[in-house]
Amino acid sequence: MILRDMLGGFLALFIAVASAGQTHHYKLGPLQIDDPWSRATVSAAPNGVVYLTIKNTSTAPDKLIDVASPVSDQAQVHDMKVEGDVSQMWLVGSVELPPGRTVTLAPNGLHIMLLGLKKPLEAAQTFPVTLTFEKAGSITIDVPVEPLGATGPSQGS
Amino acid sequence: MKRGLLLAGLVIAAAVFVTSVAVLLLEWRAHETGQTTAADIGGPFSLTDQDGKKVTDADYAGQWKLVFFGFTYCPEVCPTTLNRISLTLKALGPLADKLHPLFITVDPERDTPDVMKSYVSAFDKRITGLTGTPAEIDAVAKAYHAFYQKVPQGNDYTMDHSTLIYVMRPDGRYETLLRYDDSPAEMAEKLKPLLQQG
Repeated sequence: MILRDMLGGFLALFIAVASAGQTHHYKLGPLQIDDPWSRATVSAAPNGVVYLTIKNTSTAPDKLIDVASPVSDQAQVHDMKVEGDVSQMWLVGSVELPPGRTVTLAPNGLHIMLLGLKKPLEAAQTFPVTLTFEKAGSITIDVPVEPLGATGPSQGS
Repeated sequence: MKRGLLLAGLVIAAAVFVTSVAVLLLEWRAHETGQTTAADIGGPFSLTDQDGKKVTDADYAGQWKLVFFGFTYCPEVCPTTLNRISLTLKALGPLADKLHPLFITVDPERDTPDVMKSYVSAFDKRITGLTGTPAEIDAVAKAYHAFYQKVPQGNDYTMDHSTLIYVMRPDGRYETLLRYDDSPAEMAEKLKPLLQQG
């Protein structure tokens, strides 16, 4: 009995350690997708964001042409800037991925916008996002949610 | 005699004309360069608070205020600003009692009092959310020289908006600005000596 409890405890500890050390890196052909993260939202906020980096290790260009997630009605790539103390945001049709370059989606710039969240995003949960590229095809990644004030992923590479 | 009056009239008319042109030019220059003088910022407003109550600037007289503009559909700047302001309130400790943050929506179409209430209270209950008719929002944004603009996006829209945080004195006059990229520690540092004044 005690042994079984201890085993259960060890197993739980092992899972906790394994998931804490988990970093989020994905490969899709020549594309490398790293450190996706999102930010927790408050109940009344209908929209969320996803950030990540995409490295194109190929000698040919590729393009991010579609984003989707079951957590929201719609997902789109947006760009934004704060210039002259004014915040501007606009829709970006696709993201060019030049050969040998890393494209970063990060706060105050390119981001995936989740429009019409079905429920608020809570810190420590993860949710799937599907990225579709012109040449490399599609991949579904797990995006961890960071706390409300987060400005970057908590588990770097 | 008659000619004297006419001349005087002409002189006055010319003076009025020159002054008007000068004022217009100055306003235009201020607009072009994005500069406004301190005395220009703020003024009376009439809005609806998060409980659906009609309020004016007089309801917040006698308190230091942080006035800033945004909207609840905003994914980055607004939640970040609200989060920084809640952390600033915490950093100020008891001094925060002298400060009333007012978050005014630039998207009154979607931001009803109910939406504003659940949005701001998720950050800090000491922050008041204000909405109003499009005309009321337009008037208060103009009073604060805060830029905002509706930007169509497919069959939806988003808002471009000013990210400045206006620090207003208890008498309603403008004191200083906080910026979007100021950290909560920097904001608290700027506010402390002001709040200690009374």
